[in-house]
Amino acid sequence: MLANDRVTLELRAGEVHALLGENGAGKTTLMNILYGLYRPDSGEILIRGVPTQIHSPRDAIAHGIGMVHQHFKLVFPHTVAENVALGLKRTPFWAPIRVVERKLRELSERYGLPVDPGSRVWELSAGEQQRVEILKALYRGAEILILDEPTSVLTPQEATELFKVLLRMKAEGHVVVFITHKLGEVMEVADRVTVMRRGRAVGTVAVAGTDKAELARMMVGREVVFRLSKGKCMPGEEALLVQDLWARNDRGLHAVRGVSLRVCRGEILGIAGVAGNGQRELVETITGLRRAERGRVVVLGRDLTNRSARAVADVGVAHIPEERLRMGIVPGMAVEDNLILKRHHRPPFSWGPFLRLREVRRFAQESIVGYDIMTPAARAPAKLLSGGNIQKLILARELSGEPGLIVAAHPTYGLDVGATEQVRRYLLGGREKGVGVLLVSEDLEEIMELSDRIAVMFRGEIMGVVPAAEANLEEIGLMMAGERRLAPQP
Amino acid sequence: MRRVGPLLVERRITPPRSAVIGVSALAVVIALLVAAIIFWGYGVSPWQAYAAIARGTVGSRDGINEILRRSLPLILCGVGLTLAFRAQFWNIGAEGQLLAGAVAATGVALFAPLPGPWLLLAMFAAGFLAGGAWGIVPALLRAKLHVNEVISTLMMNYIMIYIVEWLIHGPWKGATMRGFAYSDFFPAAARLPWIPGSRVHWPTLVIGVAAAVAVALILARTRLGYEIRVVGQSTDAARYAGIDFLRVIAWAMFLSGGLAALAGVGEVAGVHFRLRSPTHISMGYGYTAIIVAWLARGSPLAAVFTALLFGLIFAAGDVIKVALRMPFQITGVFNGLILFFLIGSEMLMYWRVRLAPKGERWTGRAGSSER
Repeated sequence: MLANDRVTLELRAGEVHALLGENGAGKTTLMNILYGLYRPDSGEILIRGVPTQIHSPRDAIAHGIGMVHQHFKLVFPHTVAENVALGLKRTPFWAPIRVVERKLRELSERYGLPVDPGSRVWELSAGEQQRVEILKALYRGAEILILDEPTSVLTPQEATELFKVLLRMKAEGHVVVFITHKLGEVMEVADRVTVMRRGRAVGTVAVAGTDKAELARMMVGREVVFRLSKGKCMPGEEALLVQDLWARNDRGLHAVRGVSLRVCRGEILGIAGVAGNGQRELVETITGLRRAERGRVVVLGRDLTNRSARAVADVGVAHIPEERLRMGIVPGMAVEDNLILKRHHRPPFSWGPFLRLREVRRFAQESIVGYDIMTPAARAPAKLLSGGNIQKLILARELSGEPGLIVAAHPTYGLDVGATEQVRRYLLGGREKGVGVLLVSEDLEEIMELSDRIAVMFRGEIMGVVPAAEANLEEIGLMMAGERRLAPQP
Repeated sequence: MRRVGPLLVERRITPPRSAVIGVSALAVVIALLVAAIIFWGYGVSPWQAYAAIARGTVGSRDGINEILRRSLPLILCGVGLTLAFRAQFWNIGAEGQLLAGAVAATGVALFAPLPGPWLLLAMFAAGFLAGGAWGIVPALLRAKLHVNEVISTLMMNYIMIYIVEWLIHGPWKGATMRGFAYSDFFPAAARLPWIPGSRVHWPTLVIGVAAAVAVALILARTRLGYEIRVVGQSTDAARYAGIDFLRVIAWAMFLSGGLAALAGVGEVAGVHFRLRSPTHISMGYGYTAIIVAWLARGSPLAAVFTALLFGLIFAAGDVIKVALRMPFQITGVFNGLILFFLIGSEMLMYWRVRLAPKGERWTGRAGSSER
């Protein structure tokens, strides 16, 4: 597949250069070429005016290019210094770690990246791990530092800290390439921005001379409505009631610690929080995939605590899972087969022990048209679909059964602007029809835009619930970081 | 995409059927070529060897009958295994399940006072239930206690082998067998008819083909088949969809074991007419059926044809023994080579090789632009 089509990108010393584009626009591919992970089919790379061949990350490092991947490449049981030393050339034979630690402290100081070189990586938060990755690159003498979606794992405060570091690096004459699809971050930290769309560079503009609307236009090629219209919340019956819920994670530790929540019909309750604070376990416990150790889950007036996933689904709970590819679909099976997953055992799709293939096909045609799923055929395996279309497939399936409660985990994560907008419309549409929605997302902007009320989760507990109208970003950020806690509401 | 000389090599996500068949056929051919080296090493000209095999198998009416007779147990075991394999349940226990069927059928044949055709019907029914029960055990162990099914199914083969040995040396030792380790002969009503002029017990053939069609329908058109496919492709998605893993695996293994057991019923009721040493009843059909199902890529209908291929190899083994005076065990070498090359060729199906267009510019060393 052609991922980069005649792209020209020029970086200047001492700038923060944002690479903006939807998912699948080719941003990461371009940077992987620069970092020597992929080879270009044609074209050339000039560093300080010199044509350069980059065959491997080792070449890239030798030319002063460093990269911090979206998913960190760290050895968890090792210390920070050991991780930095890994693969390093020319370390002294005696006490190498001591030398590395000393230089690390120096770099930490200089760039404002506080990390204890002696602590082990698994003890660190995501933000600290990211600092280790940045230090690793700087230690190797990176002049050009590529950051792939660096804020996706950070709290707002941590992101602000990161931006300060970037400014300091800029002042030292480094080039920072900042890959993102969030417009706000571009406006905040970048000097210039190159927008990519479908593998092409649409244009490079100075941030000072542009605004969000123009960038969004360049990114999707048309105007995007930002604020989705949100009507007035009409609290009716309870769609979901969670009382003092406790559950353990896969490692046997308490991940959900006494959570109580209430979602009305026709209401969207957003759960904000940095990933890994028990959101996944909460969702799984509600949807019947994980055992509740204590507490109660009442869905649409029925007590479903520790009932099977099928029982929960049959009551009318739609679940848009976090891991789309692993859980949400069966990649090797046809789109039409995937569309009846969860409902295959009920009419009209089955009749006694048999499947009614004609109904399955009819429903597939309906869904593909109705939800605008781009697929070569209804019989094509679902793994051929793009991320956005897979999510549309899941939505078509989950929303088709007239659910009373939608549990959506990171429903727009990794989707492009167009698909994101569609997914949000469907959630709001459900809300209009009187469906209760529990929305778990790391994207604060999304939570703020869609929710009627916002609950913040930290280390398995709800730090507070605020009406979206009164919420401010800073307060929510503090709760996400566990710095503030509101008195529990009735 | 990668360029090798004048060729372009591309990766594809789903191999088309033509590639699957082509590559599989290629693997079988290469296996036969390598086997030719063994003939040569034995001092037999490979040409003459293959010519003799062709004459003794596909080249004569008797040969074809022999292929068919050898294929019967392979069809039933192979079709059963496709069902388990589609659920990604690695049933290595068809051998034991086959023997379970043979034991149950013998019990009915020797001790149940049933009239005429009812006796055979009861033998098949009892065999199916016994094999199914034998197959369910590893399914339960896996679902409840996370016991690896490769180990449990394999080990249960040995348990069943020794049960058969014990029966023919102990309680079922035939009074008329002069101290040899056989059960008594079955009554005439418990013997399957042959196609005239051959030793092909045709009712087993009918059951085998019917089973292949039935399993194909189960997989494509029933709730159970759908759930088996979901469990096989993604246990996480199955869990998410509320599919009961234990129930699905238990059903798949009940049917898989039951079908293998029908093969065992066929062997004792159609060939031996008594229970005898496990190595004589089965000759490793249960293990060969693994290759049959693998080569059929999980398609029960294709398993009928791949079973015929391995029936041919077994029949060839007889020819090799008689005409070329080489050991019958050479068939095991054949089977091993074929399985080896089949698995080895798997990844080839995912590559498409074609001539590079003339106009395309040479752009440095083999580069990859995949994402």
